[in-house]
Amino acid sequence: MSLIKAIEERQKKEVVDFNIGDTVRVFVKVIEGDKERLQPYEGVVIARKGSSSKETFTVRKISFGIGVERIFPVHSPSIAQIKVVKRGDVRRAKLYYLRDKKGKAAKVKEKAREVKKVTA
Amino acid sequence: MTGIIGKKLGMTQVNAEGGKLVPVTVIEAGPCTVVQVKTPEKDGYAAVQVGFAEAIKTKNMTKPALGVFKKAGTPPFSVLKEFKMEGLAVGEKVLADRFAKGDVVKVAGITKGKGFQGTMKRHNFKGGPASHGGMCNRAPGSIGASSYPSRVWRGQRMAGRMGQNRITLKSVMIVDVMPEQNIILVRGAVPGGNNTIVEIWKD
Repeated sequence: MSLIKAIEERQKKEVVDFNIGDTVRVFVKVIEGDKERLQPYEGVVIARKGSSSKETFTVRKISFGIGVERIFPVHSPSIAQIKVVKRGDVRRAKLYYLRDKKGKAAKVKEKAREVKKVTA
Repeated sequence: MTGIIGKKLGMTQVNAEGGKLVPVTVIEAGPCTVVQVKTPEKDGYAAVQVGFAEAIKTKNMTKPALGVFKKAGTPPFSVLKEFKMEGLAVGEKVLADRFAKGDVVKVAGITKGKGFQGTMKRHNFKGGPASHGGMCNRAPGSIGASSYPSRVWRGQRMAGRMGQNRITLKSVMIVDVMPEQNIILVRGAVPGGNNTIVEIWKD
């Protein structure tokens, strides 16, 4: 078992500290032809699932009135950077209730006092 | 042919090129030791018998079985398999570095035993209707015609013991090899539970 853990540990990379409810901007590497560019995707983190190198997070945003959710592996090499835009103040580990809310009700309260942590 | 015996350790996932996640099975492959070299003159066919996993308890092994290892001058192994390999002598080691990343191999193992199972699980029969007054929900239905043949055809699929069969997977991709740890990562699942013996070989 420890050997598998060691293999998983090697897949991990250094990731910015972010939590459920935070608004993040994820820079995804997109390959177009032979060129590579970064595509930003911004939204609220509504879930973090899994552990170790297998961890994923779900980012929800409203795009032209339609809710869009993308699931990213936290340690994926195709993610160039994760930027925390806002710290959210939430009381739940999974914010699936946001899917049923519209407009102002679908907003996540911002954390009043920023916890002192280095953000990239 | 190159073959090796290994132990399935479990599954995980690794990042591959192009940002793709690949499911892998971690196999502790080797080190295997050549116990016997079979020749066409003596045995009628050419093969190499290799041993894997040193036996912890030799008390229950028969004297003829132990004699094989005594003759070869190797410690007794709990697993012995034959592969049609060439250019190996008794006592030589077969290591994971005989395989390389990107190799397409075959993997064989014993599947997990499922016990006595009905036809729906064992042979993917459809079963009967669940509602509308259906009375044969998981029953096999008819098992043959009447006056001819007046018996059940041989090979008729019925309920019985399921699993614990030797299954060979073809076209399995090797994702990574770590020779210093005797580890081979193969793409996808491999028959059997964790800590079971598997064989890997390529032509």
